[in-house]
Amino acid sequence: MSTAAVEVRPPVWRRLVGFNLLTGIILGVVGWYAGWYLAHAISAASLDFFADIDYNELSIVLAYLFGVIGFLVGLGFLNYPIARLRGYPPSLREKETGGIGRYFGLCTDHKVVGIQYLIGIGVFVFIGGVNAMLIRAELLSPTRELFPAGTYLTIVGIHGTMMMGMMTSGILGPFGNYLVPLMIGARRMAFPRVEALTFWLLMAGGVILETTIFFGGFPTGWTGYAPLNIQANAGMVCYILFFALVGISMCLLGLNMIVTILTMRAPGLTWTRLPIFVWGVLSTSTLMVLAAPVLIATLLMALLDRTAQTSFFIPSQGGSSYLYENLFWFFGHPEVYVLALPGFGIVLELLPVFARKPLWGYRLAVAGMMGVALLSFFVWQHHLFVSGMNADLRPFYILSTELISIPTGFTFLCGMMTIWRGRIRYTVPMLFCLAWFFNFLIGGLTGVFLSDAPSDVTTHGSFFSMAHFHYTIMGGLVFTFFAGLYYWVPKMTGFMLNERLGKIHFWSMFVFFNLTFFPLFIAGFFGQPRRVVTYPKNLQFLNDWVSVCAFVLGASMLVFVFNFVKSMLFDRVPAPANPWGSKSIEFQLPSPVPVHDFDRIPVFSGDPYGYGEGPTPLVVPAGAPAGRD
Amino acid sequence: MSTPANAGQSSAGWTVHAKRVLIAWLVLSAIATPLVWFVLGPHLPPGKGSVQADGQVFDNTVLTAFVTPIISLLLVFFVYALIQFRADSSTDLADGPPMRNDNTVQTTWVAVTSVAVLFLAGFGTYELLKDGSGGGQGPNPIAKVSGNNLQVQVIGQQWEFTYRYPSYGGLETSQLELPANTTVVLHVTSLDATHSFWARQLGVKADANPGVDNVVYVQTKGSMAFDIHCAELCGLWHGYMFDTGHVVPASEFATWIKQQQQIFASVAKYVPPYATTYYPDPQRRAG
Repeated sequence: MSTAAVEVRPPVWRRLVGFNLLTGIILGVVGWYAGWYLAHAISAASLDFFADIDYNELSIVLAYLFGVIGFLVGLGFLNYPIARLRGYPPSLREKETGGIGRYFGLCTDHKVVGIQYLIGIGVFVFIGGVNAMLIRAELLSPTRELFPAGTYLTIVGIHGTMMMGMMTSGILGPFGNYLVPLMIGARRMAFPRVEALTFWLLMAGGVILETTIFFGGFPTGWTGYAPLNIQANAGMVCYILFFALVGISMCLLGLNMIVTILTMRAPGLTWTRLPIFVWGVLSTSTLMVLAAPVLIATLLMALLDRTAQTSFFIPSQGGSSYLYENLFWFFGHPEVYVLALPGFGIVLELLPVFARKPLWGYRLAVAGMMGVALLSFFVWQHHLFVSGMNADLRPFYILSTELISIPTGFTFLCGMMTIWRGRIRYTVPMLFCLAWFFNFLIGGLTGVFLSDAPSDVTTHGSFFSMAHFHYTIMGGLVFTFFAGLYYWVPKMTGFMLNERLGKIHFWSMFVFFNLTFFPLFIAGFFGQPRRVVTYPKNLQFLNDWVSVCAFVLGASMLVFVFNFVKSMLFDRVPAPANPWGSKSIEFQLPSPVPVHDFDRIPVFSGDPYGYGEGPTPLVVPAGAPAGRD
Repeated sequence: MSTPANAGQSSAGWTVHAKRVLIAWLVLSAIATPLVWFVLGPHLPPGKGSVQADGQVFDNTVLTAFVTPIISLLLVFFVYALIQFRADSSTDLADGPPMRNDNTVQTTWVAVTSVAVLFLAGFGTYELLKDGSGGGQGPNPIAKVSGNNLQVQVIGQQWEFTYRYPSYGGLETSQLELPANTTVVLHVTSLDATHSFWARQLGVKADANPGVDNVVYVQTKGSMAFDIHCAELCGLWHGYMFDTGHVVPASEFATWIKQQQQIFASVAKYVPPYATTYYPDPQRRAG
């Protein structure tokens, strides 16, 4: 940027005025109070009812709804619809050029949204991680209470809800948005404004969930079971609104991805040439679109139970707690595969690069991911084996749950055969991918104990199941998230991450992840139920061990944060276009990727895994001229 | 036989790699699986407190022994592959052999995993239908255990469990005592939120839902103490919702229940007449 350009730019205060994050926050606060007062005008009588706590439930709901609307208006999401109503011509892009300001507002550049997601989700996941540290601090002793019991449950709830909500978009948000258009040879997502909307909805949701502490928190954990969620105090509304916003965001994100992948592939990019990561995104998006609406509807029903005196989930008034459990897990089990499948995609995408071999069994890998996606809708009652729900279908759910091992096994086979006889380079992304095999193996095989109804009686609701899903989600998703991060961040930002610090991060994280979570299987076997503030005295050593290891695990994340900040802000080592020797198309572009992605729309003549198959070019650089969209 | 680090490069000898992995796997599995079965197996939860708990120990042993060869295979594979097939340096960009597919490997893998999965599902179903495995089966159990029955109602409320013995005049206590060598039918229900009644060494776990009669069959054995926990988050003091129950000899149980009836007599007159049945009256429906 030349100095002359800086001189003609308006002063800072002028640049802050406009539709951006600052305006969004101001209008969000204004909307919040508007909703608050409106609700009091509608149902002021509730004030007497809750005289000691001077709020009514409706006021909190409307305050947040209006707050979110104000926030989105301030960010500029209404500008385009209004412009169209006033007769302006359609356009697809907004604020795609310009400096750092693009990152603090509505921007339709998929690369900007990807980086927004990376930072935004990173912040909230960090908060969720701090909550995990607080949980482990409380569990250092069975008798000395660090937090009151209610505060402890709120911490547990925020940790679980934040992680489950934010990490649904943990890979699709940053890497999906950034890379899918590049990988399929498009210059944008199908719906660029919807893409930006998904991000800002998630951020609004994250803030709302955190503010639950001002309304007494919520005692239900991330599952929010009825009728406890009806009985809980007003902090529950923050949980409901957070998860509903996450649901809307997920649904739109998935829809956007599906349409993009179906309709915007460049010439020559047939289904069998699609990068496997894109298949991972496609299968995940299918789950998001089909599962998230159920969540939104369920939470709306819970919200009505709390505010409008309906009784969908109140057994004493004709409702059913099973209805909630069924609806929640009908969403909830596909949800956990929303967390797992992008990881499959990243592992299979990266292994060929670092083993210097083609992806083995491409069709089997695709079948694996699609098979998992399909089957995940037929297994939800395995969460309810001891619930007292009609038991007739229990054998079916044993079978359907265990069938999922077959397509999951495809991913393992394809990965293992890809590194077989390869020439493996132990870079940081590769280490994270290899760790996935170990973690997901343990996570998957302990899942067998939970899928089998008789042994589930032992393990259900105990620390065993908690350790199991931390192995699959943290060991599966978070490890592959970091694999993707170390692999693609040089491309996204144009700066390399420090390799040495990356290896310290990996080894400390991998070792202490296992030292933290493996003993929790044993704690579960010894009878420690989930989400308890105290536990039998004979389990103290085990819990102290886990807590100390968890603190080191937390510290390993700080190594990563240190590495990220140091490499991006201080060292700033420029990344070469193709630091890993990859054949994938995004690494044939400069780092960072220019605003318009491609000078010419590429034409594909093969898949990106042609290692050892001679110098066949992936992209024939003679496509349609630039500016097609 | 010494092999250079880049042996993966040479087209000859890949069967040698496969054979080595196979043999190492067979050896490791042959050692590890009996160890798991005979040494670890007896220590697996939930203990030997009841016929159902025995069944769960057996299930857990079978499953652990079943996954041992799988873990062994992947460990052997990865240790071998990661050492054998490493590149010369991190800047070495020479390609490996372009293997894209192998139908035999695919077919074998799919067949083996399918058989394994079907075996697991069949085994789990058989074990479940045998005696219910101590899990809550709802108001219409699919696996019933007939015989000398003692009915006990387990009532969850925030934040304790109480126990009602309808065959002893609707006696309600805050302690659970069960006679030895008896088939006990537990009717688990709740007055408020969803709880889960977990009697660990008895191998019993059943959610307590308001207005629902969740039936569990458990066949007690000898005298013992067992831990009771709530295993479903039920609000503020969920973590403190635990207790100890006992299985005692039949004669001791008779004495205990007489004692309890005397204590209960003073409150019995305040208890509504329907106390010999259940309150809240469980609806014969669920789901």
